[in-house]
Formats: sequence, C-alpha cells, structure tokens
Amino acid sequence: MNFKLLSNIANSLLIARLKQSIVAAVGVTFGIAMFIAMQSFMTGLNKLLDGLVINRTPHVRLYNEMKPNERQPVNESEIYKKSYNFISSLKPSNARLAIYNNGYIMQVLKKDNRILGVTPRITAQVFFNNGVIDINGVINGIDAGQESRLFHFSDYIVAGKVEDMKNISNSIILGKALAETMLVNIGDVVQITTVDGERYPLKVVGFFQSGIRDIDMIQSYTTIATTQKILGKPGNYITDIEIKLKDLNKAPAIAKEFRTIYRIDAEDIQTANAQYETGSNVRLVISYSVAFTLLLVAGFGIYNILNMMIYEKMDSIAILKATGFSGNDVKGIFLTISLSIGLVGGLLGLLFGFLLSMGINHIPFETAALPTVKTYPVNYNPAFYIVGILFSLLTTYLAGLLPARKAGKVDPVTIIRGK
Amino acid sequence: MSDRILEARKISKYFYDPVRIQVLRNISFTVEKGEFVSVIGKSGCGKSTLLYILSTMDTDFEGDLLIDEVSMINKNEQQLAAVRNEKIGFVFQFHYLLHEFSVLKNVMLPALKYNKYTEKDIENRALEKLQMLGIEHLANKQSYKISGGEKQRVAIARALINDPHIIMCDEPTGNLDKKNSTVVFDIFRRLTKEFNQTLLVVTHDNSFAAATDRIIEMEDGHIIRQ
Repeated sequence: MNFKLLSNIANSLLIARLKQSIVAAVGVTFGIAMFIAMQSFMTGLNKLLDGLVINRTPHVRLYNEMKPNERQPVNESEIYKKSYNFISSLKPSNARLAIYNNGYIMQVLKKDNRILGVTPRITAQVFFNNGVIDINGVINGIDAGQESRLFHFSDYIVAGKVEDMKNISNSIILGKALAETMLVNIGDVVQITTVDGERYPLKVVGFFQSGIRDIDMIQSYTTIATTQKILGKPGNYITDIEIKLKDLNKAPAIAKEFRTIYRIDAEDIQTANAQYETGSNVRLVISYSVAFTLLLVAGFGIYNILNMMIYEKMDSIAILKATGFSGNDVKGIFLTISLSIGLVGGLLGLLFGFLLSMGINHIPFETAALPTVKTYPVNYNPAFYIVGILFSLLTTYLAGLLPARKAGKVDPVTIIRGK
Repeated sequence: MSDRILEARKISKYFYDPVRIQVLRNISFTVEKGEFVSVIGKSGCGKSTLLYILSTMDTDFEGDLLIDEVSMINKNEQQLAAVRNEKIGFVFQFHYLLHEFSVLKNVMLPALKYNKYTEKDIENRALEKLQMLGIEHLANKQSYKISGGEKQRVAIARALINDPHIIMCDEPTGNLDKKNSTVVFDIFRRLTKEFNQTLLVVTHDNSFAAATDRIIEMEDGHIIRQ
C-alpha cells in the first residue's frame, strides 16, 4: 500500500477540517495530560507514604522471638504421641534473644548476591528518667553508616549529626517527640534505666523524626557498642539482623529459606506491612480509571468528528474508490486521520502533563510529620509517558476504527447514482 | 494482442428493493479498441446500471464481464479496484474533484495510486494532459475555484492520467451548457481520432449520441439497436 499517498490525502482532509481536528486533539491532550499529572502525583505520594515505613523497614529481619518452646515434653512422649494434647498456661522459655553465631551468619549473607546489604541491630527496652517519672522507650543499637546507606537513617535526622553518635562515646539520638516531652536539647545528658535496673547516663547528640509520632515518642538510637555496654552484654551480642534485598518481592521466599537454614525467626516486609501495599494499589486504580474516563470522552469526540467528516466527504470517497482506491486504502486514510489526532494530541498531552506535574512539584507542602519534604512529591517515571502515548494511540485507533470501516465500505455506485 | 477491450456476456441484473425487478436482461455486446460508443435510452431503461456493472463497481449481477479478455467475475474488491485504477477512466455528470487539492493534484491522484511512475513524471504527465485539454493554466488553482466546464475538463484529464484502455462516461455533458458540451464532445472526438482512445458514453442527449461512431439503444433492460 502506498502509505505516503494515503497519509498525504489524510493530511489534506485534516487541514480542511482544522478546527474540529484541533478540538478532537485537545480532548486527547487533556486526557493524557491529566493522566500523566495524576500518575506522577499519585505515585509520588505513594512512594513518599510507603517510604515512611518501607524505606526504613528491613526487607527481611532475622531475630529470636520470645515464645513458648514448640517442642513440649507431653508431645514428645511415646504414650501421648497419638492423642491430641491440650496444654494451658504455657509460658515462654527463657531463651536467649541474641542470635547465635551472628558474625558467621552475616558473613555468609554479605556474599549472597540477592542481598543488597546486611546490618546488625540490638533492641533494648529502657526507661528514660525524667525527674520523678520514667518514660518507656526503646534503644536501638545500630551501625549508623550501614543504616543510613540501607534504610535512609540520616534522612530523618532533623538536628545534630549522625557521625557524632560514633565520635562521641555514650551518645544517643532521641526521637523528636520524646525529646520534646523530656525538654532536652542537644548536648544535654539523659538518664536511662535498663530492665535489669542498671542506670546509665547518655549524651544527646541529635534528634530524629520519622513522621509517625508513635515511633518518635519511643525510639532512640545509639551505637551497637554503647547498647552492649548498657545491657552489660559481650561484643558479639546482636538481637536482629536486618537484610535489604535487591528485589523486594522475593522477601517472603527468602525469609522462609533463612528460617529453615538458620533455625531462626525471619519476618518479611510484606507480612510486616501488608496494609501499605493495599493503599498504593487503590490509589493506582483510581488514577487509571480517571484517565480511562477522560480518554473515553476524548475517544467519543474523535468518533463523532470522523463520522461527520465521512458524511461530508462521501463524494470524495466515492471518486477515490471509482478511480482505483480499494476499501482498505480508504479505511487507511481515515485511520491515519484518527491516529494523527491521537499522536499529536498525545504528544502535547505528555508535554502538558510534564509541565503540570512540575507545577505540582512546586506547590509548598510542609508538614511536621515529614521533615525532608518541602513540596508535593512527584514521581517522574518515564513509564507513565510511554503508557500515556500508547494509551492515546490505542483510544484514537479504536475510536477511528468504526468510522474508518464505514468509509471503507461506502458503495461508490449509490453515491454517484444519487447525483 | 486482441482489440476487444470490453465484452459483456448475457448480463442480467435485478433490484430487490422494494420488490424483485429485473432491470437488465441478457445484455451482450462488445467494444473494440478505438471505438466511440454511446448508450442511449429513456430514463430508467437501465443504461446507467449497465455502466456501473461494466465499470466493475457493481458486482451484483448475472452473466460475465470481460475487460481486456479477462473475466471480472471472481475478482475480489482489491483486485477490481486495481483494474479500475489501471484500465478504466471515469467521467461522471458531476465532476467529483477533491476540493482539498489543487487541479494538478486531482489529476495526479489515480496515477499516484497506480505508482508506476515517479512523482515527478506523474506531474509532467498530468501537465501534458491538462495542456492537451487546454487548461494547463489552471494547474495550480484550487479545484473549487474554477468554472463548471473547466471542472469537467479536469475530470477528463484525471480519467486519462493512467492511459486507460477505456473511458466510461455517465452523462458527461448533463450538467453543461451547449458551448461546454461541444467542447467536451470535441475533446472526446479528438481522443478517439488522435490517440485511438476507446470511449463508452451513457447519455440521453440524442444529438451527442448521433455524432458518435456507434449507438447502443436500450429499452426496458434490453438492447433494441446496436
């Protein structure tokens, strides 16, 4: 088929009906621009909200859970093997919370090529002594460098420096909300009491703010060595190993694998934070359905305009067919018209969508809960632009298909006879 | 090569709406190369219907149609379109020029579709045809800006562009005044004399028909004289 000729004819018809063609293209432009802007904004927001939890949550966490022993004597006994045993008032056994042989485990994990990084952690329950009252809290002993690299720890430090935690001995970074409650500033010393009753002074070197007040009220951070000192434990005492994977979606499978290999509790991020995924998906569905609706309306516009054009150009179609253009050629002409409207409208839509999302990105959005965010978040993902242009071509193709087929089936005899 | 351009073999045609009516009954005739044939008859005698069947645009008939000794039965829509493109030129009562294009482009369109020559050659050929018809000065005008007589001549140039075996005309002078009718007839005459062009003209203008080489007269779907 002579595509150049057909597109030439299509082009002339388009120009002859320039105003309507522009209106049709504007419909597509609007739909695509809204699609791009909404997707960028929605997923930007999604990323931000997910990041609140997911960025800081290890993909797989290895730990020993305080729980009753699964192998109870009555179940092991030969006599009661075949019966169904009820055991009540079972208490957790006094197992060690520390991970056995953690140095070796971490060495092996670091060589695993599915894993992006591994960092140890100790969690310890403490009380912050504030005058006459004690405030419940948790001290996390972390490797600040690794923690920042893998879990964006330094992003949430709103005052002070992460490095100080390492450089100044017996130092602590407090949650912002906790610090406000205790009325302490950087440089002050806070007293803590461990569960065992030991008292310990720590110097405040920074504040962190996660955006979730419940966390900021309880959590505080110090180095692993300091935590071991507070707890009176040796240098190999580690309660958690946090793993960041290259592929988040493999977390459940890998967690299961480690559970059997190391005989340890392993929790994956999907289990820990199921609700965040749901929220993200719902927002995605909403933005897709809005874009679909807009494009549907644009599609009907194109359908109408092509239909009108075909009625107007019946004579031209008849003579084209009489002089040797086949039904497919005529169909091709009208499909080309439709697709050019889609292409031009779609490309402009991408441009306006980009500008619109840039605009959104400049709207101030300041909230105490999100210290690192100053404007509305926008996700400039090239995939949206590809989907957008494909979407516009698809809708215009479908909208043009029916009228184009009708044009292809026009019987020149009826038209010419009618004159 | 045979000189038999067109052959109709026992062509019959029915209309079904609102009731079944036979409009053509066993029409058989041939057209030889270089002939200037006119088909006349009263309104409703089926002469236009016959022309559309002969032009391959209407495929719903009984009998056989041979163009250039090749049967047109059993050809699909695309093949028939190609036959019309290469072998048949059309001139209708109405000019059917495309308003979006210039006169020259209108003439060029069927040749561009045929795609046998380069665009430059086609342009030269189109100019040649326009010159032959004495309207080369209109070449770059928009096609809706020229007069009715000129439009009909442009339509003739368009019919000629692919050097068709036969030109079929349906009331080519029906919309024209006496002067322009004469111009068109003279062009047809010249085409047959100088270029040995075959012409088949449906007309109800008896004076026009009288001046052609051969008259086929129809009545009630029959040929009564040829």
